[in-house]
Amino acid sequence: MEIDREDGRTPNQLRPLACSRNILHRPHGSASWSQGDTKVLAAVYGPKAGTKKNENAEKACFEVIWKPKTGQIGKVEKEYEMIMKRTIQSICVLTVNPNTTTSVIIQVVHDDGSLLPCAINAACAALVDAGIPMKHLAVAICCCLADNGYLVLDPNKLEEKKMTAFAYLVFPNTTLSVLPEGSSVGEGEPVEHGIITSVTHGVMSVDDYFLCVENGRAATASLSAFFRKNFQQSSSKVG
Amino acid sequence: MGLQDSSQDLSTEMEVDAFRRIFPLRFFERHLSESLRPDGRQLGKARDTIVNLGLVSTADGSALAKIGSTTMLAAIRMEVMTPSTDSPDEGCIALEFHMPPICSPTVRPGRPNDAAPVISKRLSDTILSSGMIDLKELCLVSGKAAWMGYLDIYCLDADGALFDAALLSAVAAFSNLQIPVVALNDNGRIVAITGGKDQDNASITEKEAVNKEKRKLTLKNIPFSLTCILHKNYILADPTTEEESIMDTLVTVVLDSSDQMVSFYKSGGSALAYSSAIKSCVELARKRAKELKQILGEMDID
Repeated sequence: MEIDREDGRTPNQLRPLACSRNILHRPHGSASWSQGDTKVLAAVYGPKAGTKKNENAEKACFEVIWKPKTGQIGKVEKEYEMIMKRTIQSICVLTVNPNTTTSVIIQVVHDDGSLLPCAINAACAALVDAGIPMKHLAVAICCCLADNGYLVLDPNKLEEKKMTAFAYLVFPNTTLSVLPEGSSVGEGEPVEHGIITSVTHGVMSVDDYFLCVENGRAATASLSAFFRKNFQQSSSKVG
Repeated sequence: MGLQDSSQDLSTEMEVDAFRRIFPLRFFERHLSESLRPDGRQLGKARDTIVNLGLVSTADGSALAKIGSTTMLAAIRMEVMTPSTDSPDEGCIALEFHMPPICSPTVRPGRPNDAAPVISKRLSDTILSSGMIDLKELCLVSGKAAWMGYLDIYCLDADGALFDAALLSAVAAFSNLQIPVVALNDNGRIVAITGGKDQDNASITEKEAVNKEKRKLTLKNIPFSLTCILHKNYILADPTTEEESIMDTLVTVVLDSSDQMVSFYKSGGSALAYSSAIKSCVELARKRAKELKQILGEMDID
């Protein structure tokens, strides 16, 4: 049983990805990321001296500013800012530049579904462009569940509205190791199977959630490959 | 550097407290290796939970929920409004979560707290997507009048697991809610009927009251949540503020009464969530949901 998607994609197929880095001159790092029609611009300023009031001064601090395409900033934007801030804090090495603040500014250019994952991917690319020390990249994907139990990846806005539930999942990127043993293992599973961030909307059964996680993991392999290819191309131009 | 030996009681106490402040992570890990936490709880056990109903007499429904020291006060006020044209048969719920300065030394007046709007949005998403409340029950006259419920949750003491306590207080407040009686008066507007003391009211009650008696909402699929900390191989259920500040990976699982997952929320954190950890968190959440169901059941809430 196949589910028909309007744009003719298979359920596990992602929309065409495009990423350009170093597009703005003032920020220390910038990137634009688009998945299909959803496009997000990310800019990184930092590290700047000093941390905010309640933050730990022995670690680097991150702040995220989310600017929607239209309208005022409300609770939705604050939630996205907090999720992105915590995700970025978990992928960056915080001890290299203590007592500093790095600002990540996200500008939504167009929202056609799967907005938060697109923003997280854009922020990662911008952080790489700025040279912020990171442990690994964060690869984000949206999985949603239709009412007949079917799983669909990377929905557009119309599909998102029709679905009963969806989950935004963020995984570490897959490692390409020179060691014959392959990637490192944590708790008996490869490191890239761990979830950094998960935000779900709508009711789903526990088994459906595990299915989302599995499908999401499989998709991160192609996203990681895209990241790697994109970064290698631009660094080979410079060198 | 190890702990001093416990030969003199007073000095040992000073040493332990100093150790707790200076090396918090090591202090906790020594307890975790014995499968205990500093307050004596098992790793998977939540703190004592108390729910009290009907504390705010001016509100149409209210509840106080305490999980350990975390205290939340929820109150609902109902007002009549015109429903929107897209959904003429449905009412509306507006949820707001407040963290006044009384709850924590890190919250100051004037400076909006970072956590409050996020918890507010998560709560309203959870309550609306779980389907606990049928918005059609809030309709009075189709297309003309419907109830708008303003639910305000105040954090009185923030000691970890704020989302769990806030959700519990919201659910309890909805169960305590008595929708006021109203009638349609001559001008076609909805008016509230008070205790029926004077003659005007007697004439109104003769006419058809739009909702015959003070009604309660039917709550189906009540969501129950549990926040856990993931730290190395340990999973700690229901953290306190001290635990949350030292170990930063929090996972919140919300299950409803038919064992469906309403939300799995993990927002960053230094530890990654592998499948085994997810399964354990869901198991702990199931046990907690049973406990909470029993607590609400003892108060005659369905």
